Amino acid sequence: MDNKAKKVAVLACSGIGKAFGALARETTYELVERVRPNTAVTTCLALLVIGDPEAKRLVTENPVITIDGCAKECAKKSIESQGAKVAKAYQAMNFFKKHKDLKPEGISELNEAGQKLAAIAADELGEVVDELAAKEDR
Amino acid sequence: MMANEVPYVGIISCSGEGLPEGTLSLVACRQVLEDLRPGNSVTMCLPLFIAGGLEERTFAAKYPTITVDGCEKRCAAKATEKLSGKPTRSLIIPEILKKRGLPRPIKMRHLGKEEKTAAQAVAEEIAKAIDEVLEKA
Repeated sequence: MDNKAKKVAVLACSGIGKAFGALARETTYELVERVRPNTAVTTCLALLVIGDPEAKRLVTENPVITIDGCAKECAKKSIESQGAKVAKAYQAMNFFKKHKDLKPEGISELNEAGQKLAAIAADELGEVVDELAAKEDR
Repeated sequence: MMANEVPYVGIISCSGEGLPEGTLSLVACRQVLEDLRPGNSVTMCLPLFIAGGLEERTFAAKYPTITVDGCEKRCAAKATEKLSGKPTRSLIIPEILKKRGLPRPIKMRHLGKEEKTAAQAVAEEIAKAIDEVLEKA
């Protein structure tokens, strides 16, 4: 086995049309930039749509978490279309269901409540990242 | 386009989660949809070409399309052509920024003044492209 530390890939839906898409994206950035910067990585979902080899390698060689903004589950399906398995799939709507006082609004830029919700969700997902990374190291 | 059809142009942005230009692309496209050309533009999420059904797959056949890409890999243009139909116009953010003499964006979220200026410039270029496409149609 090589010594290269395993990463956990976190892929959000592109989310151009909905506030929950923006929440998915913001949660991903919180996770890879603040919560688990050394373990969690992301890439453009669109790269998988065109079959980019590097993006494909990332999702086939590492555990993958997807965060989708709507029931169409573009992120999850795009991963599966590459023959990769999704270790954990989330829908951003469910983050809100757990914290109904934080209603995300805005698409280009989330409101304050949405940003707070993304931070909370990312903190929760940090533990999932640790679990997945630990499994890979065993 | 038939005379009685509403003159819409489909805007397809790269998803671009992995680079600042991707965020710029999304923000600029939203600006076009909401402020600059609200009556003449529609969009859809690029990964819906894979996840969606027939309606999504025929998007480019239904509308003239303009793709907006954050980098030279041109995911939006390639995916649209492969899964839906050849885009009418294909814009690339680094080329627009170069043309406008603007610096490369640094942030992927919580855009600063420079990124907002760049997004505005990109949005204007998209709006201009919409006008040109509609004029030809």
